[in-house]
Amino acid sequence: MEFETIIGLEVHAQMLTDTKIFCNCSTKFGGAPNSHTCPVCLGMPGVLPVLNKKVVEYAMMMALATNCTINPSNSFARKNYFYPDLPKGYQISQYAYPLAEHGYVWIDMDGKQKKIGITRIHMEEDAGKLIHDENNPFSYVDLNRTGVPLIEIVGEPDIRSPEEAAEYLKRLHEILVYLEICDGNMEEGSFRCDANVSIRPVGQKEFGTRTELKNMNSFRNVQRALEYEVKRQQYLVENGESIIQETRLWDDAQGATNSMRSKEEAHDYRYFPDPDLVKVVVDEDWITQIRESLPELPVAKRERFIREYQIPAYDAGVLTADKALALYYEDVVRLCGKPKQASNWVMGDVLRFLNEGKRDIRQCPISARSLADMINLIEEGTISGKMAKDIVEDMYHTGKPPQDIIREKGLVQITDEGELTETIKAIIDAHPVQLADYRGGREKLFGFFVGQVMKATQGKANPQLVNNLLKKMLAP
Amino acid sequence: MKLSTQDVEYVAKLARLEFTDAQKEKFTVQLNNILIYIEKLGELDTTGIAPMSHAIAVSNAFREDVERPSLGTKATLANAPDARGEFFRVPKVID
Repeated sequence: MEFETIIGLEVHAQMLTDTKIFCNCSTKFGGAPNSHTCPVCLGMPGVLPVLNKKVVEYAMMMALATNCTINPSNSFARKNYFYPDLPKGYQISQYAYPLAEHGYVWIDMDGKQKKIGITRIHMEEDAGKLIHDENNPFSYVDLNRTGVPLIEIVGEPDIRSPEEAAEYLKRLHEILVYLEICDGNMEEGSFRCDANVSIRPVGQKEFGTRTELKNMNSFRNVQRALEYEVKRQQYLVENGESIIQETRLWDDAQGATNSMRSKEEAHDYRYFPDPDLVKVVVDEDWITQIRESLPELPVAKRERFIREYQIPAYDAGVLTADKALALYYEDVVRLCGKPKQASNWVMGDVLRFLNEGKRDIRQCPISARSLADMINLIEEGTISGKMAKDIVEDMYHTGKPPQDIIREKGLVQITDEGELTETIKAIIDAHPVQLADYRGGREKLFGFFVGQVMKATQGKANPQLVNNLLKKMLAP
Repeated sequence: MKLSTQDVEYVAKLARLEFTDAQKEKFTVQLNNILIYIEKLGELDTTGIAPMSHAIAVSNAFREDVERPSLGTKATLANAPDARGEFFRVPKVID
């Protein structure tokens, strides 16, 4: 039987504010347990939460960047349930009146564009962290994360494969990071994803029973977990068994999803409007102001790079995958005026050094100025491309500008015709046998002479000039 | 009767409360009386009127994103029924 996969993703992204969503406690990761807490986020009786304006602005930025419609009036609700990581007994979230709805993003699947719908984006608070004791019947609670601002991005069930799911997540992640409203750190939980998955025989209209997947903390794991879950569901259906609607946890080490085995009772969150928080009213002026503050988004930047710098789509994709890298590249281009060469050096040597050293472009010892100077030195003929390969490596390790390295190592390219003619003459005199063979028709020996010249000049001879002179002087 | 004893049992379970049969019957009657009283509001025609969630017509009460000192771990844990080190301690929960 042929099956179709239906996937819908829910993404939680932590907003990069200094303080929590309803109080002035720090949002910093890694503080001493329970040190970033106050009566508001601890859920003490009688306190009043007050909304952090920056959270609204950041959430609006994401809503506009993903083509959502912002609701002119939206409000908060209480989602009621008991769990030790939730001190108030309810989570403040948005339910009936979310911030924004009806958006979409484009994903690129092998050059084909596909639109993935976004149902809604709403603001909410995060819960605390639980640590379970392996040996004793206790759990430990750290409430630093309680009240940290999140947006939840609920996607439409438009995704048809695990690859599409990974692609969609990468696009969302890229936009959030470009907007500088989320650090995108998946390991620390700043960007988390839950997935709803079901399968149905091709041609069937109704959705099959879905399962919800949790605990996937990398793009790769999302894809692996979905691949596993699709196979598991197909196996069940093909063997006449039924799929149970449940939450399943991805186990990375095991490479499988496991049922959470919670009591199979539907949750009843009894949402109701939170009387502590007033409505958020967003007028056109505010939306315009936020829209105008949006930076150039990844897709637009990619298209501009292709158009403006005449570089291939692949190069543009690599260079814009990271906003800081795109900025670096544009600096180099601005300083040397040679987009294609700049792209080759940035994508080739610079990225290779950075990957090897597990460094970020922000920590790159080669400044944009230095790389641009080096490209200009090649263009002017001061150094050859081959020499530049060694120079750029020195630049990376020492952080010095190319001019210093060239001076210190005496690396200036030999472009003096008279000097090279002398050298070539000596080489020809020293190799009469090869000369005779070459003149006798063994043209391959031309390479031998080039090698000898390069050896004698320690690679400093201008290759073009060497070729020209050799051709002339070896001719019978 | 708007509410049955089963409804009372369900709500009690959601609130993690346990009642005797006598209490359940008593609360069923009391909750019904409250609902019947509230029903009176249904006599008014509210067609076309947006639901109200606040008694006062205030919107956009915001706070600036400026950090202020927290309570600190010691004060935070001071009234906890059980704590260990820098953590609250609770009976083990695995969902």
